[in-house]
Amino acid sequence: MTARRLPHGGEIDRSRPLRFSFDGREIHGFDGDTLASALLASGERVLGRSFKYRRARGLFGAGVEEPNIYADVTDGDQFRVNQRVTTEAAANGLRLQSTNTSPTATGDRMGFIDAFSRFIPSAFYYKTFMWPNWHLFEPRIREMAGLGRLDTTKSGPIGDQINHFCDVVVVGAGPVGIAAAIMLAEAGQSVLLVDEGSRIGGSLLHRTAVIDDLTAAGWLAQASERLRDLGVQILSRTTAFGIYDHGLIGLNQKHVCGRPDTLWRVRPDQSVLATGAIDRPLPFAKNDLPGIMSAQAGLTYLRRYAVLPGQRIVVATNNNTGAEVAQAMAAAGAKVTLVTLRAEAEPLPGIALHAGRRIEGALGRREVAGVVLDDGTRIDADCVLVSGGFTPTIHLYAQAKGKLRWDDAMLAFVPGSSVEGVTVVGGAAGQFALAEAFHALPVALKLQAIVPITAGVPYAITPAWPDPGQKGRIWVDYQHDVTTKDIGLAARENFISVEHLKRYTTLGMATDQGKTSNLNGLALMGQITGRTIPEVGTTTYRPPFVPVPITSFGGPRGAELMNPVRRLALEVQHRAEGAIFGEYGGWLRPAHYGQNDAAIVAEAGMARRTVGLYDASPLGKIEVIGPDAAGFLDFIYYNTVSTLKAGGCRYGFILSENGIVYDDGVLVRLDDNRFIVSCSSSHVPGVHALLEEWRQDRFPDKRIHIHNATAETATIAVSGPLAVDVIKAAGVDAVLDDLSFPHMTTRWGAWGGIPLRLTRVSFTGDRSYEISIRQDLAADLWDALRDAARAAGGGPIGIEAVMILRAEKGFIVIGKDSDGMTRPMDLGVIGPLRNKKAEFLGKRSLLQDEAQRPDRNCLVGLQPADGAGPLPVGAHGIDQNGPALHSIGYITSSYPAVSTESPVALALIKRGAERHGEIIMLQHLGKTRMARITHPCTFDPDGDRLHA
Amino acid sequence: MQTFSCPFCGSRPEYEFHFGGDAGNERPEGFATVAAPVWAEYLHFRNNPKGDTQEVWLHMTCGELFVMDRNTVTMAAGPGQPILPPKVTP
Repeated sequence: MTARRLPHGGEIDRSRPLRFSFDGREIHGFDGDTLASALLASGERVLGRSFKYRRARGLFGAGVEEPNIYADVTDGDQFRVNQRVTTEAAANGLRLQSTNTSPTATGDRMGFIDAFSRFIPSAFYYKTFMWPNWHLFEPRIREMAGLGRLDTTKSGPIGDQINHFCDVVVVGAGPVGIAAAIMLAEAGQSVLLVDEGSRIGGSLLHRTAVIDDLTAAGWLAQASERLRDLGVQILSRTTAFGIYDHGLIGLNQKHVCGRPDTLWRVRPDQSVLATGAIDRPLPFAKNDLPGIMSAQAGLTYLRRYAVLPGQRIVVATNNNTGAEVAQAMAAAGAKVTLVTLRAEAEPLPGIALHAGRRIEGALGRREVAGVVLDDGTRIDADCVLVSGGFTPTIHLYAQAKGKLRWDDAMLAFVPGSSVEGVTVVGGAAGQFALAEAFHALPVALKLQAIVPITAGVPYAITPAWPDPGQKGRIWVDYQHDVTTKDIGLAARENFISVEHLKRYTTLGMATDQGKTSNLNGLALMGQITGRTIPEVGTTTYRPPFVPVPITSFGGPRGAELMNPVRRLALEVQHRAEGAIFGEYGGWLRPAHYGQNDAAIVAEAGMARRTVGLYDASPLGKIEVIGPDAAGFLDFIYYNTVSTLKAGGCRYGFILSENGIVYDDGVLVRLDDNRFIVSCSSSHVPGVHALLEEWRQDRFPDKRIHIHNATAETATIAVSGPLAVDVIKAAGVDAVLDDLSFPHMTTRWGAWGGIPLRLTRVSFTGDRSYEISIRQDLAADLWDALRDAARAAGGGPIGIEAVMILRAEKGFIVIGKDSDGMTRPMDLGVIGPLRNKKAEFLGKRSLLQDEAQRPDRNCLVGLQPADGAGPLPVGAHGIDQNGPALHSIGYITSSYPAVSTESPVALALIKRGAERHGEIIMLQHLGKTRMARITHPCTFDPDGDRLHA
Repeated sequence: MQTFSCPFCGSRPEYEFHFGGDAGNERPEGFATVAAPVWAEYLHFRNNPKGDTQEVWLHMTCGELFVMDRNTVTMAAGPGQPILPPKVTP
């Protein structure tokens, strides 16, 4: 019990106590505490274990930089993994489980691993567990390593997402960020001020300052009022985690009371980064012992949460920020020793001073018990507060492709180039003294403003980088257990590039991304390899700056909203019929009516005998209108369009420019100047875009209008020998005799006074009529047709039955029965290539050697020749001639027998068109089948059923 | 995320746009006479420049095809320029 809560002071509300549990123990805190401050005040030091060696670890930081202490948090029915205890608000009833521990931080069974640490340096696991196979060992090693454990029984909460626009986003509401926000707002800018802390103030919340003759708290209160008056929008508990292209800045806002995080996408004209700086650790032996903490963190716990982190405190520093920390700790009642590398440090009353000295090593086994200085002096201590100098938080600037410059006086990387729309101010720009930072603001923001007046000494620092010759185990990266020896090993094995160093040693990886450790690691690598720090360079900064919950990025776009399906106008009617739905090309369509697959074959048989009714609404209905439409479509289609007569239909292909069949479908010519492109259901957006692209690029001065009428029109297909009777019985008013309405024509009709279009085309091989009507008027027509179909012994059929019918007839589905190599000739459609003289899309490609190759894969039918049922889709035809077996194509569609004697299959087979009748061997998943090549059309090859 | 400017709709998020290739990739006309290497050049060879580039984009929500100057290093994107019909000479 070394840390303790002081009886007064801090931001906490002592009238509102709260309780939560940590590793099963009850922890008491107050409203206003973070999880970390409450845990520290409880007196327990060991709050977690290190990632690799399982060494006891305590808090090092007080904010996002915390490398050591994480917890999995259960809050009622919500669960959040790997939460930084330093940034999460304490709340009643939370249950915390420490990470890297089995089962608890204090009683970790794996703690023995540290005794073997000298045998497990960097890359030990990958070097050792090579034979016979790393994957054999991986599960056990992963089990031992790796942060929190997911609770898969609980799902994350769904967060809100907000898109926001403003003139300026100011990131960081410390004194400089606040001053910048006021100046910008006074200049008439709309400003959003964001800060990851629970309240605005930044360093003013834990450091002393006199600004405009006011105390830090006084100035903050006045500034808050001014911000409110100016209408500056303030978001606290909000982290700007990334800057993206064109100035988009991503914010993740946390809430108290269990409300899920909110993601903000903000598009400002300018981003002002007042993100401050983070204190580095000092390198000395066993510098990872619990009780060794960042000096700024120690000051934060003392001033904001009234927790004195120790009774006998050593403040160790290489810069001039240590004095304030030492004085504050002494004033709170601790016995304080100041160890500073700066020989010119002046003595402070009541504080023992060791100037020009540094710590050689820490004493203690499980917790820090003292330190040994480089002159051999031993100092008893239960807490060591270290400050190795400030590292500017320039992540967002670097993400925005800003170039860094090494500042030899500040010993820090600072912004070195200008980035459009990004301004870096304050500590993030290497201005660690407040007066200097305030003074630089108007120039940086390019405006005239009155600068807050403050006094203070300039920042001064003496280098204290890790030394390759230093003795003992000196931690560089706490979170991933990287010591100076690991970096030495990386250098010996020639992983000296900074990106290699990171991957080899894991320096700067994981959830803290090396916020405290990176610079010390670079400095050491520089010394070992005889390079300066800027010569070593930094790794690439990438978003996010802190881990952002996946639920924030996902927002409400999960489950059904992930990729919403398109719904049919007649979905209610299909559901009433007991349809089982499936997704087909983005549409939710009836797969079959009735519970099991047997229904599919029954539906197909019914449609062949009497009549089948199916919803064909997703079929493309893209209207191409205008005096130049025919000429335009002549260019778009493989087939000739302009010879088609008004009221006629033509089946055709649209090719891509490289000659591959992109879409097939029926083109309807309503009158001379009006066409309907009836493309495949799943290709409607693509064909529409293709038509627009060519219209605008090639026919910009022609009179052509393109309109996608797919969604506004419902189409019901009536197919089967009794189709005409059913349409008549349903009350459709149209002339249906074969003479005036032959196959492949379109006619207008009406139903109850509503106009509708009947198109006599067939995808089933039986006579079929596709009846198109305004989608909002389709329901009654469906009911009438269904009743008439039922009376005739037929009824609705699903897409699966339609698929069997079309396969029997040898009708293809593009993308299923064709692939990215299929030319129209491979599908047996050779006429237009021979006869069409006009230029069309893809024509030149059809004349290439590759397209004219005689041994191409062609569409064929396949019948099982071994009596063993339907052939498997995907089975490859095998050629046994030659030195090795090789594929001669594959099966694209296969269905059980309905109207034919044997099951039907379609396939793309090498030289298939000239091999009808041949028996080939097929292989699939280790099984061999035999099949006979046939014409693709096995049902009604003469087309009698279509016409008569 | 980038914002592009459609000449018809103005500034819109990138996911509403579809890339249409290098501007000025003229289609060789006359299938009977176009040599295979010329056709292959048109079909397959792309400029892929580092720096300033001029590209064709389609704004899918309004259907407008336009030309846009873009920098592939800085990702800066200029305003979209409409494709105008060629001037008819009397």
